[in-house]
Amino acid sequence: MASNQTFGTDGAAGRCDGKRALVTGAASGIGAATARLLAGEGARVMLADVDEAGAARVAGAIGETASSTFLDVCRADSWSAAVASTVARLGGWDVLVNCAGILRRGTIETTTLATWHEVLDVNLRGTWLGAREAVRHMQGTGGVIVNLSSVSGIVGDQDLCAYDASKGGVRLLTKAIADHATRHGLGIRCNSVHPGVIETPMVANYIAESDDPVAERALWDAYTPPGVTGHPDDVGHLIVFLVSDESRLVDGAELVIDGGGTVE
Amino acid sequence: MTQRLRHKTALVTGAASGIGRQSAIRMAEEGALVCITDIDDEGLAGTLALLAGRGFSLHHDVTDEEAWRAVIAVALERFGKLQILVNCAGIGVRNDNIAALEEEGWDRLMAVNLHGTFMGCQQAIACMKQAGGGSLINISSVLGIRGSADALSYCASKGAVRLLTKSIAVHCGRRGYNIRCNAICPGYIATPLGLSVRESLGDEEFQRLVEKHVVGRMGVADDVAGMVVYLASDESSFVTGTEMVVDGGYTAG
Repeated sequence: MASNQTFGTDGAAGRCDGKRALVTGAASGIGAATARLLAGEGARVMLADVDEAGAARVAGAIGETASSTFLDVCRADSWSAAVASTVARLGGWDVLVNCAGILRRGTIETTTLATWHEVLDVNLRGTWLGAREAVRHMQGTGGVIVNLSSVSGIVGDQDLCAYDASKGGVRLLTKAIADHATRHGLGIRCNSVHPGVIETPMVANYIAESDDPVAERALWDAYTPPGVTGHPDDVGHLIVFLVSDESRLVDGAELVIDGGGTVE
Repeated sequence: MTQRLRHKTALVTGAASGIGRQSAIRMAEEGALVCITDIDDEGLAGTLALLAGRGFSLHHDVTDEEAWRAVIAVALERFGKLQILVNCAGIGVRNDNIAALEEEGWDRLMAVNLHGTFMGCQQAIACMKQAGGGSLINISSVLGIRGSADALSYCASKGAVRLLTKSIAVHCGRRGYNIRCNAICPGYIATPLGLSVRESLGDEEFQRLVEKHVVGRMGVADDVAGMVVYLASDESSFVTGTEMVVDGGYTAG
C-alpha cells in the first residue's frame, strides 16, 4: 500500500504506548501472556480474574505498570467495580481484552443443563457484560475490544457442546458490536480471536481431568500439525497487534491462530 | 402432491406463526404426522386447522426443561416414534444493541433461542436413537453469520446455535446414530418476527436491510419451509452439520 502517512511503531516507542488495558482471565494462560506483552509494549494494564491472588502475582511480576483486581465476569456489579478500579488506577480506559473463559467436557447427550449454563454464563454472557461496560465507557473517546472466541467458534467438537456454542456466540456478538460502533462512529474497534490448541492451564486441566489423559492428549495433539505447539505468547502477540494502532483497519474480523488446524 | 415425508413423525416448535407454521403445513402435506407446539395457543389452533388432520398441538414453553419432557412424552405416545425436530421457536427483544440492552432482555432471548434449542436437541436425540435415526433442524439466521448493530443478543444466540448444531452433528455422526443435525440461516422473512423489525427500526432503515437481499425482497416463510422439508427428508441423508443459507443473497454481496 503506497502511503506517505505513517503510524504505529517508530522504533524506540512501544507499540501500545499510552493505552490503558483491562485484561480478564489474566491470572493465567492467554490472559496473563497478553497482559505481560501489552505492558512490554508500553500499555498500562489492569489484570482481572476471579483468582485475585493469581492476578496479583502476574501483575507483580510485570512491574509497576500493572495492577490487579478481582472480577467475576458473570456479575454486572463486579464489572462496575473492576472498571472503576481500572479508571482510578490507570487514569482512564481504552482497551478491553475478554480472555476469561472456562472449558467443560460434555457432548449434547452428557452436558447437564447446569454445566451448559455455567459455560454460557462465563464465556458468552460474561464477554457481553464486559463489552457493554467498554462501549458505554469508551463511546466518547474511542477504544479497542478484543474477544477471545476459539476455533470452537468455527468448527464443531463432539465433546465440547457448550463450549462450541459459547464461542460461536462470541464470534457473532463481536460482529454486532463492531457494526454498532461503526454505524455510530464511536471509534471503537471490536474483533474476535480464534485460537486452536494453546498450552494453557485451562487445556492442561481439561486433559488431566479426563478419564484417559494419554488418549485425550493424543486427540488434542492431532489437531495441530506435527511439530507445532501453541503457546499463550503466540496469541498474546496477535492481541498486541489488535490493540495497537497498526490494526486500525481491522474491525469486526475473526482472526484464526491455530497453526493451520482448520485448513483441511 | 408427493409424499417425501411419508411414515415420518415430526415435532415443530414455534408453530403458531411464521416459519414454524409454514414448516408444519409443508411437512404435513408431504405425508408427515406433525406435533406442533407454541406458547401462543390461538395461533397454534390456526396452524392446526391447516394440517388437514395430520397432527395435533400442545402448549409448550421451550425454556422449561420439564415442559420439553412432557411434550416429547406425548408425541411419543401419540406417534410411537419421533424422527424430526424443527426448533423454530425464537424471539427478538427491544433495544438489542451493545449500549442499551439490559440483562432481562439478554436472558429472555437466550432462554428461548439458545437454551431451548439445546434442551430440545438433547431430549429428541434420546428418542431418535430408539427410532433408528432422525433429523434435527435448528433455525439459525443470516445474523448467525453476519453482525447487525440492532440485533446484538439475537446475533449471539444464532451464532451459538450454529456451532451447537455442528457439535451435535459431529457427535451423532461419530457415534453412528444415523441422526443428522443442521442449521438453516434465513434472511429477513416476512413473518410476525421479521416484520417486527420494521417497527423497531423504522421504514428507512428497514428498507436498507431489505435491499441487502440481492433479489430485492424479503423472503416468505415458504422459502424456508422448503428447506425444512428437504432437511427432514431422506434426500438430505449426506447433509449434516451444515448451515443452509436461505437468504435471497443477503450474505452473497
